[in-house]
Amino acid sequence: MIVAERKPLAEILDMVKDCKKILVLACRGCVTVCSAGGEREAEILASLLRLGLKKAGRTAEVIEGSLVRQCDKEYIDAIDQWQGRYDAILSTACGVGVNFIANLRPADHVFPALNTTFFGGSAEQGIWREQCAGCGNCVLHLTGGLCPVARCAKSLMNGPCGGSVNGRCEIHKEVDCIWQMIYDRMDRLGRQEEMRIAAPIRDWSTAGHGGPRTQTRADLTV
Amino acid sequence: MSFTPDIRLFSCHYTSQQSCAEAGKELRQLGFPENIRISRVPCTGKLQEITLLKAFEDGADGVYVVGCPPDGCHNVKGSQRAAKRLEAVRQALHELAVEPERVAMYHLPRGLHPEFIEAGREMNERIRQLGPSPF
Repeated sequence: MIVAERKPLAEILDMVKDCKKILVLACRGCVTVCSAGGEREAEILASLLRLGLKKAGRTAEVIEGSLVRQCDKEYIDAIDQWQGRYDAILSTACGVGVNFIANLRPADHVFPALNTTFFGGSAEQGIWREQCAGCGNCVLHLTGGLCPVARCAKSLMNGPCGGSVNGRCEIHKEVDCIWQMIYDRMDRLGRQEEMRIAAPIRDWSTAGHGGPRTQTRADLTV
Repeated sequence: MSFTPDIRLFSCHYTSQQSCAEAGKELRQLGFPENIRISRVPCTGKLQEITLLKAFEDGADGVYVVGCPPDGCHNVKGSQRAAKRLEAVRQALHELAVEPERVAMYHLPRGLHPEFIEAGREMNERIRQLGPSPF
């Protein structure tokens, strides 16, 4: 899922300082699962906004709503139900949701309530860890299913580096060295010989450094 | 200037059941502040952050929660969960430059103990000193 976290309240309050009617818009997709921008979090944020605005001596009406997702046109269209009740949307979706609203609602002001952090999963309750960098050229079949792009601080393709000590990363001592984990896992799977093959210089052209990427499935287009 | 704070208490059913007996008559006799409004919840672990924030929206000057001792919760971890959610609210108040001390958690034994009365008095005095809510 896409993992995110709420921005500092001061930053959010500054974004909406000129607004009189604010729609705090939750997303029931990834950010609900990671407890950053679902209905519950939007309700809390709306309450904090009301309190913060009141403390600052400002008056604004803050209402809440939610969409199934904010990354599909058909769901964005549902914003029509609040037409006239807001002069700005404060989205608690990931950055994709905010962009979609901006793309599809040319006259609407939209602000991000969250910082979108990474693609990850819940390692344990209340803790999320990055697992994938969305680099567009997956090598997991070569690394036992563990991603060196997202999980190595240096995104090395031939690791570990000399800074791997006792299975820990030299950049973040509390983080397991993913290349140590890859070696250990490949060994357990009886694939240790594959570790002798040096990966070639990687082609990063799929990784988004050349601008936004587009994916087309001709069989699905209309 | 005299100030009588509006204080909301969310108390665990098990912690407060004797305290609330006879419509709180005994509480009053023991000197529990009358400006504290008690809401009993089945378990403080059921309390959500929004419930505490709504109390402030509703005009509370201070909000506190009384739950079971951390290692003696009837629902195992309910009061521990409450304490964590309370901490999130305190953090949010801090972000809004409001005294986090307006929110407090007490872990108290079940039944009507002197600590229950003392917690109410302590909270009352603390909020009285902080003054009216800035909200």
